[in-house]
Amino acid sequence: MMEPGLYHILFISAALFFIGVYGFLTRRNLITMLMSIELILNSVNLNFIAFNKYLWPGKMDGLFFVVFIIAIAAAEAAVAIAIIINLYRSHHSIDVVNDEDLKY
Amino acid sequence: MMNGSTIIFYLLALQTLTCGLLSVSTRQIFRAAIYLLFSLIGIAGIYFWLQYQFIAAVQIVVYVGGIVVLIIFSIFLTQQAGEKLPKQRLGRKIFSALAVFCAFALTMLQVYQHDFNSPAEAAQPVTVLNIGKNMMSVGDGGYALPFEIISMLLLAAMIGCIVIALRSKPEKT
Repeated sequence: MMEPGLYHILFISAALFFIGVYGFLTRRNLITMLMSIELILNSVNLNFIAFNKYLWPGKMDGLFFVVFIIAIAAAEAAVAIAIIINLYRSHHSIDVVNDEDLKY
Repeated sequence: MMNGSTIIFYLLALQTLTCGLLSVSTRQIFRAAIYLLFSLIGIAGIYFWLQYQFIAAVQIVVYVGGIVVLIIFSIFLTQQAGEKLPKQRLGRKIFSALAVFCAFALTMLQVYQHDFNSPAEAAQPVTVLNIGKNMMSVGDGGYALPFEIISMLLLAAMIGCIVIALRSKPEKT
């Protein structure tokens, strides 16, 4: 076991990103797919913070990117949940297999 | 030799990754939301460990206190209680896991082969005072314009949510 550094945090963030991708590929329920997207966004945030801390400690650009990503993620989650609830009202299902009105 | 800081880092990493993995693999949707919550708390802990206290606080307030609660409410509104998610085909799971594992291995190979430059400049203290000054500054390195654009985006998202989720009235005849 070594002292944790940049590579350790990059490992965690890459692992979390691909866990999110795995969830996005295997899940068929819209809410669980949204959860996978949240995991992916969080891994990106972790990357920005790690690069800001270990490579450019004199600047704060990574930190501001993270703040703006969190704000956009909150807006995205709110809009997505509004769409999901509206879809449930009209189709009584939020499974992507059942909602194929826009297909073909 | 392991000191306390190292042990805490590995515990936080373990919590984040384990809960993230359980969150995408459990078949009970409510448990998936709770595992997601603990994974996000683990990430907030890593931010604390990196001494970015402001980002850690924002993470807890927005993600743990906002988005996860929103997800839990939407689960209450759309799922039947005690009903498990349908099983996925085994082939899809295996191919997804294989693709994801290969991509992860490739990424980590690239990362470990790359030699990152060590920083040349002195560290700037990440205090709330510095963050606020940079956020509102219109000069070089200031973030006043993105800040204003984000506020417009949040307003548009809020109005959009209300419009989308409004129950349409029955038509008058």
